Amino acid sequence: MSPLLALSDIAHTYPNGLCALDGLTLALEQGSFTALLGPSGCGKTTTLHLAAGLLTPTCGRVLRAPALARPGAVGFVFQEPVLLPWLNVWHNVALPLTLARRPADEVAERVMAMLRLVDLDGLLHLHPDQLSGGMRMRVAVARALVTRPQLVLMDEPFAALDELARFRLDDELLRLWQAHSFTVLFVTHSIYESVYLAQRVLVMTPRPGRIAAEIPIDVPYPRTADFRTSAHFAQLCGQVLAALERAGTTTEAAP
Amino acid sequence: MRSAVAFSRGHATAVLLGRLLVPAGLVLAWQMAVWLLAPPPWILPGPLAVLRALVTGADVLLPALAVTLLTTLAALLVAAAGGFVLGLAIALSRTLEYALLPLAVTLQVVPLVAVAPIILLYVERVETALVLCAALVAFFPMLANTLAGLEHAREAERRLFALYGASRWQELIHLRLPRAMPFVLAGLRIAATLALVGAVVAEFAAGTAGSRAGLAYRILESGWRLETARMYAALLLLAVAGLVLYGLVGALERWVLRRLHLERAGA
Repeated sequence: MSPLLALSDIAHTYPNGLCALDGLTLALEQGSFTALLGPSGCGKTTTLHLAAGLLTPTCGRVLRAPALARPGAVGFVFQEPVLLPWLNVWHNVALPLTLARRPADEVAERVMAMLRLVDLDGLLHLHPDQLSGGMRMRVAVARALVTRPQLVLMDEPFAALDELARFRLDDELLRLWQAHSFTVLFVTHSIYESVYLAQRVLVMTPRPGRIAAEIPIDVPYPRTADFRTSAHFAQLCGQVLAALERAGTTTEAAP
Repeated sequence: MRSAVAFSRGHATAVLLGRLLVPAGLVLAWQMAVWLLAPPPWILPGPLAVLRALVTGADVLLPALAVTLLTTLAALLVAAAGGFVLGLAIALSRTLEYALLPLAVTLQVVPLVAVAPIILLYVERVETALVLCAALVAFFPMLANTLAGLEHAREAERRLFALYGASRWQELIHLRLPRAMPFVLAGLRIAATLALVGAVVAEFAAGTAGSRAGLAYRILESGWRLETARMYAALLLLAVAGLVLYGLVGALERWVLRRLHLERAGA
């Protein structure tokens, strides 16, 4: 089966001369969960923007499956929730469908279904400034999923939350992913989060970034809190950490 | 906590004292000076004399205030609508930006007193000319704030709209306009006070007498007649009118922003 999205030998230099990526290659299989891990400023966000089609690479090819051509086929969760303060929860979640001019009854049905799915159906009249950080992020996730996307790109979505809220949202994300079988590319700088969530962890080099290592996480789902405390988890985290350290030193040695 | 409360209570008292006592002290000092030094009333009338002039002159001053306020409000309406619409148009079109923005800036830097006689020359109805003059002054902050506000959508928000394939219109309606509102409303607040200033300056330039005379003309007229107390009374009315106008637009601003869950611009 051909991948849903493939980036091959990508280089990207911003107009200000900043070279964010060089020689990046990665492919996402339909329905897979991939974590992208790397030091700050290594081009993780640039990779997501390329995958979303928000940027065109300076060099290299981005191959998209035809399924990604449909509007709303790609969902994006940013580092910040990026909710519109003047819209309530309902309207924020409905935004992608509103912009796609979907019929009102379809919008209403999908938004309500989505809100029930992430347990926000009691809060639909509240505005973002009346929600906690974790709640806001849930609204952002709901908004990204409301179009029933093929591909969901997540840019350190839960990094600003406290650990407990993050664990809860990680579990919720896994539950949604298992139920709806979309493809996830999840950028994080947390080793623990990448190992807990993903089927494989891609480790990037410092800027200009490329993939330095791929670590498969061969643990079946559903993963639970027991997994977080298991010896196997610790061992996998150790592997990822070692890969991360290797990636960091190799580029420093050869600038 | 306790000391913070005590501090804020002490602070509130200080603010209240400052707001009430300083003006009251100034007025008292003024009255004392007039009693002790007894200057001729056409040079410096006391506050009591000004109040007396306000009461006895009410039949002349209040209609004049109504005329000036009418000019102000009409000018504010014209300026607000004009500045907002032109701001939208310029934000949407590069060509319009190059064509109109230099003109708007030029209009802004030419003093109104210099332009007013020319406008009065061409516009036959004096009331219309006055409104135009005042609107000319109030228009620019509205335009500038609308333009600035429309550029105030955040980078990530624009990316979100790009991701979902929003059209220019959708981005304008659903993102840039709401984001511009704090700036537009701040512009309206500035425009309101400038409209009053513009109305008074235009009245000075026009020198309209009779039943259509505004407060500015009454000030000139009282000056010619050495009725200095009445000049002060007219000034007092202008000050109060200006404060009320500013307060009302400020209240509108707060109300709209609360409904939109947005912060005041610059706050």
